[in-house]
Amino acid sequence: MSAVEERPAVRSRAAGGAVGWRAAATLPVWAEVKRQATRRRTQLALGFMVLLPVIILIAFEFGSNNSDNNDQNGGGAFGSLVDLATSGGLNFALFCLAVSAGFLLVVVVALFCGDPVASEASWGSLRYLLAIPVPRVRLLAVKLVVALAYSLLALLILTATGLLVGTLRYGWHPLGSTVAAAIPPGQGVLRLLAVVGYLAIILMVVAGLAFLLSTLTDAALGAVGGAVLLWILSSILDQITALGSIRVGLPTHYSDAWLGLLSTPPQVDDLVKGAIAAVCYATLFWSLAFWRFTRKDITS
Amino acid sequence: MSLPGRLRKAVTRRRLLAGSVVLVLVAGLVGWAVWPDTPGWKATDQRITVRTGPAGDQPVELDTRFYLPRDRSGRVPAVLLAHGFGGTKDSVASDAESLADRGYAVLTWTAQGFGRSGGQIHLDSPDYEVRDAQRLLDWLAARPEVRLDAPGDPRVGVVGGSYGGGLALLLAGQDPRVDAIVPSITWNDFTNVFLPQSAGTTATGVFKKGWAGLFFGNGAATGQSALGSTLGAGGDAGAGGGAGATDPACGRFAADVCQAYLQLATTGVPDAATSAVLRKSSPATVLDKIKAPTLLIQGEVDTLFPLSEADANARGIAANGTPVRVAWFTGGHDGGAGPKTDQDRVKYLTLQWLDHYVKGDGAAPANSFTYSRVAGFSALDRGLVTNGYSTDAYPGLTGTGSTQVAIAGPAQPIANPPNGNPGALSSLPGSGGRLSELLGGVAGDVPGQFATFDSTPVTGAIEVAGAPTVRLRAASPTGEATLFVKLYDVDQSGAETLSAGLVAPVRLTGLPADIGKASEVTVTLPAIVRRIDAGHTVRVVVAASDQAFLTPARPAVYTVQAGSAITLPTVVGTPIANPQTIWRYVLAGLVLAIVLGLAVVLLVRRRLRRRRHDEVIEEYADTPLVVRDLRKAYGDGFVAVEEISFTVERGQVVGLLGPNGAGKTTTLRVLMGLTMPSGGDALVFGHKLGPGAPVLSRIGALVEGPGFLPHLSGLDNLRSYWRATGRPEADAHFEEALEIAGLGDSIHRKTRKYSHGMRQRLAIAQAMLGLPELLVLDEPTDGLDPPQIAEMRRVLRRYATDGRAVLVSSHLLAEVEQTCTHAVVVNKGRIVASGPVDEIVGDSPSVLLDVSDVPAASKVLEGLGVRSVTPDGPSGLIVDMNGTPRAEVVASLVRAGVDVDRVVPRRRLEDAFLALVGDNSRGSGDR
Repeated sequence: MSAVEERPAVRSRAAGGAVGWRAAATLPVWAEVKRQATRRRTQLALGFMVLLPVIILIAFEFGSNNSDNNDQNGGGAFGSLVDLATSGGLNFALFCLAVSAGFLLVVVVALFCGDPVASEASWGSLRYLLAIPVPRVRLLAVKLVVALAYSLLALLILTATGLLVGTLRYGWHPLGSTVAAAIPPGQGVLRLLAVVGYLAIILMVVAGLAFLLSTLTDAALGAVGGAVLLWILSSILDQITALGSIRVGLPTHYSDAWLGLLSTPPQVDDLVKGAIAAVCYATLFWSLAFWRFTRKDITS
Repeated sequence: MSLPGRLRKAVTRRRLLAGSVVLVLVAGLVGWAVWPDTPGWKATDQRITVRTGPAGDQPVELDTRFYLPRDRSGRVPAVLLAHGFGGTKDSVASDAESLADRGYAVLTWTAQGFGRSGGQIHLDSPDYEVRDAQRLLDWLAARPEVRLDAPGDPRVGVVGGSYGGGLALLLAGQDPRVDAIVPSITWNDFTNVFLPQSAGTTATGVFKKGWAGLFFGNGAATGQSALGSTLGAGGDAGAGGGAGATDPACGRFAADVCQAYLQLATTGVPDAATSAVLRKSSPATVLDKIKAPTLLIQGEVDTLFPLSEADANARGIAANGTPVRVAWFTGGHDGGAGPKTDQDRVKYLTLQWLDHYVKGDGAAPANSFTYSRVAGFSALDRGLVTNGYSTDAYPGLTGTGSTQVAIAGPAQPIANPPNGNPGALSSLPGSGGRLSELLGGVAGDVPGQFATFDSTPVTGAIEVAGAPTVRLRAASPTGEATLFVKLYDVDQSGAETLSAGLVAPVRLTGLPADIGKASEVTVTLPAIVRRIDAGHTVRVVVAASDQAFLTPARPAVYTVQAGSAITLPTVVGTPIANPQTIWRYVLAGLVLAIVLGLAVVLLVRRRLRRRRHDEVIEEYADTPLVVRDLRKAYGDGFVAVEEISFTVERGQVVGLLGPNGAGKTTTLRVLMGLTMPSGGDALVFGHKLGPGAPVLSRIGALVEGPGFLPHLSGLDNLRSYWRATGRPEADAHFEEALEIAGLGDSIHRKTRKYSHGMRQRLAIAQAMLGLPELLVLDEPTDGLDPPQIAEMRRVLRRYATDGRAVLVSSHLLAEVEQTCTHAVVVNKGRIVASGPVDEIVGDSPSVLLDVSDVPAASKVLEGLGVRSVTPDGPSGLIVDMNGTPRAEVVASLVRAGVDVDRVVPRRRLEDAFLALVGDNSRGSGDR
């Protein structure tokens, strides 16, 4: 073991690095976590994930008096998610996820993944990190891992808060849906986690896109906004049925497939296809990001 | 930069090429996707006149279409494809095409009484429609393309749904030439269909007025219909061929059929003639003659022809020893074609059946029974999702097992509404395909008209597949009662679901007025496929009305009491492998491939990296910096650095001097590994510089101004930076750095609040963290006040002792002169002068004079034989002395009456620099 630990140090001297410098030790993940944690936007985004379920809860409390007449007109089989939201903590958490999945989570993930490289570039600190030197691949890898971790954290915080707040207010009941039998709480938690997992996979596309843009521009806003815009564009194209089978290739086509997890047994076919699309897109975007960033001149 | 310039920069040849390739690819893919296929078949429309009727002497013209596969070798087997009620030959066009694609000659036709065919509707009468089909078999036998079993006997299968399915059964029962049949969603006995009786008595059933009316209305109009549409009917409205003037009450129905309907619909009880008509059109009469292997496909969501009809057909045909296979799918006259998975399964079974029994391809289909159960809704298109199951043999409607569920409830009085209005709603005949509504519980019972008998929540899930039975007692003051028994699945929240909208109509006669004296009858509910989940309750409802059925017109109050238990037949099937499962392997393979690819890329990179960075040029191993023939040209053709070479030795403070845009910053960017040089290289201690070169860790740098995280304090910024180096904190020498920064308590404030000078000092301190062996500073005194500048000069000079070196860039001559030991002057990307500052600075032959009268002074100086005189501002002159002593110049001027304010000897560096700046102070661009 000791021999293994000796080697990098020896090599770094041989490669001409300063004493104590090792490529693999630069920009430790924890240092990047701290770098991002101190930023206001990180704190605000994560704070909002806590706040949102509370806001929804308050809204439900206000609306509970006059909701008698609007419960029968929910469109489609899943309009009932709203009606079921107050039936228990699990359903409430699911509702919070459902309303956030289309846009809020996209923005949050785009923020976490589109911002880190572009904002360092706009501050001018990127060139000093690269001059340390933090190898470019390592810099990107650490930034990406931390950005993904924060994105996942946001997703989990939203779910956990929704679950907690919903359970405190509405109690611990089975996960209900009108299309299938209510799912017992224990299994319901697993289903909820599976939904979170699937959303995380789908959002990898946003993460990939935002990260790619982040390496291409010095404007953090451009990277975040660009990713969100392209996501919306994909959603719009997906609405146009005239496009036929081309839609299947859109990254947003399977973004609602997690609803299949609510039936018994879960319908995972669309989830699998969605995951395939997401993995392909994310891999493509990330590869492009690395390919570009390791070759370009840093002009910031 | 101007807009066109930017555009030119963006649209380089490479981008243009990449863009074109992508465009061509996308265009190609779209083109490929929308390119029309050439069909593998050829269709011919033809009007065939057949002789029909009981005596076979009534000519009727049939509108037919004959499909032939394009590439066929020899004679091909044929399929007779019949359409549903209200449809035409066009209704089955897509099925016909897919069969033709599979190598069958397919004959479709519009049955008589419909579309453009002549004749009248005789409800698949053996004397008319069935005889028509026999003549079509004759026609097929005469075709040279069709394979024959014997002269006049074509190799033929008969396929059809609903009305067409009935025809297939009746034809197979009447004509032994039929080799196989695939009737789907069809009937066994019209009497049972239109007068269903679910109780074990001999009393006449309850008239199914909803469906009967729809059936009749459809036939009368022969337009597009719900019945036809469930089978994909299009059909042109009644441009009837030979119908002639018709009775408006009967439309194109034959008189006997019309009369039967009118009689039945009026009374609800069939007379002898009506019974005969219904009987004649029922396959039940010919089942014992069917020798053609039969695949029966029946819908689970079908209130017109429920599963029991196919069950009766299956039992009747199997009794002859004829091969029979049964399949159920989630669909039917109420449920439509069902989800894609079910359609695929049915299609597969059909082809497998025809291929074996008609074409003679493939092994004999297994005897297994397949069915499907609703699993939920698709999240994407809101359609139904079903799971397919199979069992080894057809279990009938009684299941392979059964579960008794206790139900409880007192005897309850229920009211029969006059004329059935208001009535309970259980299904919507003809709504075709709106299955989700049926599942979502459109069912509504009318208060006062129904009795409920509930179970306790079931402890385990029950997989019901078959016809449940329950015992029932009823009392009626009129001695008769028409009742509707339904089975609801009630979930925890109380929502009740009537599976497929199916109800069991019961007509009991001879009832006592007192429930105590009533005897029990067994009621067999319609067969369903449903999973009743654990925790749900089973509810049996006995209602007095249903809008789909004819109920007694007179009001009455019945008393009903259900038995103590309901028997639920169960089947535990093996899930049919879902072809979509393949995608899971695709996903797994994809992830594996990505992981492997990543590993390979990382390994290759690591190896390349080691090879690249381990190279040392021994010659320069101890030289802090050697720049050799450095050149940088950008993609748009702009050359920032033409060719620059210089060396920084230990102990030197080297100044890189040049006007703005001379290429200084670009050079420093290369030294930081930010920019890749287009030519030449830079070596630090013999190691080649490049992005991420380890030797960069021995350089401290400040290039193009400070870069700090605005939300962190100065100290936190330095700490954050040092953490990113991954080196031990003790190596950082924070104390020294902070001293150099000299920010005092401001070091704890956020850097966004710093002044420019503070940031600059902090940046220099950051560059010095870890005391790197080579310090590279770009305009270090920018923003500093004079005392700080003086202090900075001392710091830099002191820094270069100890074997370290400093490279400073500046556009200020004085700066370099006072700070550096060596200087490199660059302009337009080239080195103009370089060497020790003292050497460069040494006296130059020129002098700067400030005089009171410039023209006079110029005249005097020219007389002295100096080389040149250049005016410099309103009172200044730059004079190239050409060896003339300065004292003599001053003396001559004073003698000539010119006042001399100042005499400043100029140095070489300044000359060199001025010469560059003088003619080039603008337009050099940003480098």
